[in-house]
Amino acid sequence: MGLLTFKGGVHPYDGKELSKDKPIKSVSPKGDLVYLLSQHIGAPAKPIVAKGDHVLAGQKIAEPGGFVSSPVHASVSGTVKAIEPRLTVTGAMVPAIIVENDQKYEEVEFSGVEKVEDLSKDEVIKRIQEGGVVGMGGAGFPTHVKLSPKDPDKIEYVLINGAECEPYITSDYKRMMDEPQLVIAGLKTILYLFDNAKGYICIEDNKPDCIKKMEELVKSEPRIEVKALQTKYPQGAERSLIYATTGREVNSGMLPADAGCVVDNVETAVAAYKAVVLGRPLMHKIITVTGDAIADPQNFAVCTGTIYEELVEEAGGFKQEPEKIISGGPMMGQGLFSMQVPVTKSSSALLCLTKDEVSANRETACINCGRCVSVCPARLVPSRLATFADHQNEEAFVKWEGMECVACGCCSFTCPAKRHLTQSIKSMRAIVLNNRKKNA
Amino acid sequence: MSDLLNVSSSPHVRSKVNTSNLMLMVVIALLPASIFGVYNFGIHALLVILVSVAACVLTEWLYNKGMKKTQTIGDYSAVVTGILLALNMPPAIALWIPALGGVFAILVVKQLFGGLGQNFMNPALAGRCFLMISFTGKMTDFTLPSGANSKVFVDAVTAATPLANVKSGEGTVDVMSMFVGNIQGTIGETSVIAILIGAAFLLFMKVIDLRIPLTYIGSFTVFVAIYSMAAKGGLDINYIAAHLCGGGLMLGAWFMATDYVTTPITKKGQLVYGCLLGIVTAVFRIFGGSAEGVSYAIIFCNLLIPLIERVTIPTALGKGGQK
Repeated sequence: MGLLTFKGGVHPYDGKELSKDKPIKSVSPKGDLVYLLSQHIGAPAKPIVAKGDHVLAGQKIAEPGGFVSSPVHASVSGTVKAIEPRLTVTGAMVPAIIVENDQKYEEVEFSGVEKVEDLSKDEVIKRIQEGGVVGMGGAGFPTHVKLSPKDPDKIEYVLINGAECEPYITSDYKRMMDEPQLVIAGLKTILYLFDNAKGYICIEDNKPDCIKKMEELVKSEPRIEVKALQTKYPQGAERSLIYATTGREVNSGMLPADAGCVVDNVETAVAAYKAVVLGRPLMHKIITVTGDAIADPQNFAVCTGTIYEELVEEAGGFKQEPEKIISGGPMMGQGLFSMQVPVTKSSSALLCLTKDEVSANRETACINCGRCVSVCPARLVPSRLATFADHQNEEAFVKWEGMECVACGCCSFTCPAKRHLTQSIKSMRAIVLNNRKKNA
Repeated sequence: MSDLLNVSSSPHVRSKVNTSNLMLMVVIALLPASIFGVYNFGIHALLVILVSVAACVLTEWLYNKGMKKTQTIGDYSAVVTGILLALNMPPAIALWIPALGGVFAILVVKQLFGGLGQNFMNPALAGRCFLMISFTGKMTDFTLPSGANSKVFVDAVTAATPLANVKSGEGTVDVMSMFVGNIQGTIGETSVIAILIGAAFLLFMKVIDLRIPLTYIGSFTVFVAIYSMAAKGGLDINYIAAHLCGGGLMLGAWFMATDYVTTPITKKGQLVYGCLLGIVTAVFRIFGGSAEGVSYAIIFCNLLIPLIERVTIPTALGKGGQK
């Protein structure tokens, strides 16, 4: 069978060799832990502890603020030091619970079950919500919402997204190599909810060892298949992945469920399994700390709430002064101006680069070459959209389908005139959404 | 440490391709045709190329200087314009004509409309058409001075281009020599083989794709074939081949119709544009007053681009109706 793919996309330098052969190393946080109340899309969680309370690892410290929301759990044992706004990767200040680590790591008692079939479907979804599981590919959409479509019988595919198309990041790869059975158990947990669905584990072909290992393990699983994808960014973007594996198209007005699909990241599936069967809430995250400024690039299993700065020290510090630090991958990650931000449920990498390619290039005039059109996975005309955005021409922006942009960054990456196309389109999209909300 | 960090919106990496190296690749791709032109027509052809390039670059430099704008000659686009303009000149032309054409192309067609990316017509072709209208006699005089170190009909005095012969039905038309290029014509248009070598380089380096050249040449061939059948009562292969190899078709289709700035940005639009070019060129050549039609066809179609783009907005992923 040929490799599955989508139309468009780019091939940036992938940098995965820096950390792909490093084992997952557990690190214990040294300083205070910061649990943001908004680590997900939707209503912020509400704290249920007060300053001075003693908490245990795995204890729920904030409850969901609505259906589309998620609880927050402590990842260490210690004392609640404060509840106050703290800096996030986006630069915003968000309310957070700060816990002083007593270094004892005392855990609450987790109530697991023998197997997922012992539970009803509603109980499974309840446990996923209780476990604080959110989409860990980056968006942080509460998983229990995703797994509660209007008509569960219409779901035909459950896609486990192991494409990991963002350059440099190797956390999903390490998880699939080191604990593939956990990933499969996660997929089975989700498949339990959808009787008519097949499960696909989707992996880019730059990880042939991973594909082989997974294929070996799912041989006797009638409902599960491994799908090899062409290595191309953004193969792991939800809509691209759905198109590549099922040939179905999803636009901005649709949910994957409308196309009969549920897409979950590798880590999300693992977290779902742990929450449902082991009864353990989401407390840890695999973070790739990498980049040419880092002395010893590593994959760390860290407690959520750990401050990024500690991870850099853990990776041997900087061997060279970094010029740019990014939370996430180079294509869609957030540039950081401070390292005093905590690891959240959807963090995946900390990338430290000695050279900032964005400021090294000067923006010049668009020469209309059409490269942005060729690479756009949403099949848009980024060059025109960016012009409409710069002119604040909302009507033309919407007419030329600007709202379909997924902000993957391919157009800015490929532009020979080095124009900041993604940035313009992203901002305009936010403005249009905001205006719609205002007028609604 | 934190005050040293750069912060910007994603993506944080950029490809290595930039405007300068794209334009430089076009310059390299034009070398085979230029070298053949100099070999074919003698040293004066080289002077025409140099004067034209110098006029273009100097005009852009002076304009930016005078208008206190960022200097843009480093993007090599003026060099490309200069070479293309020269390749469209008769080999024995007086040197002040390419100089004037270069100034017009860069100053009027390109810079006054906002510089690179803003010109709505191909500057080199607009420059050529300006010269054609102003100095028709000189621009269509392919006579070589006696004593010129030329490989083509040294004895030729009246020296009509093969394409003119095709049109008038007089004189000899040898398709093979039209393919190789030892015929009369402008400096860069005569050798199909040299042009194709350059085009192959651009295709290989992914600077251009086949959409426009193939639809252009394809629709042109179809139109000429139909005309040949209707007017001559049969498919005259020699006639079609002479049309394909003659005049500025190859140079135009591979190097001027593919000019980024003056092509539709939508993929479907490029196909429409290519087809339209082929038809308009054939109409101009067959029914027009002159044997040539490529230059006018391209700048005419340049003007239609906003319309073409408006009707070819691509369908976004997931917007193509239920599957």
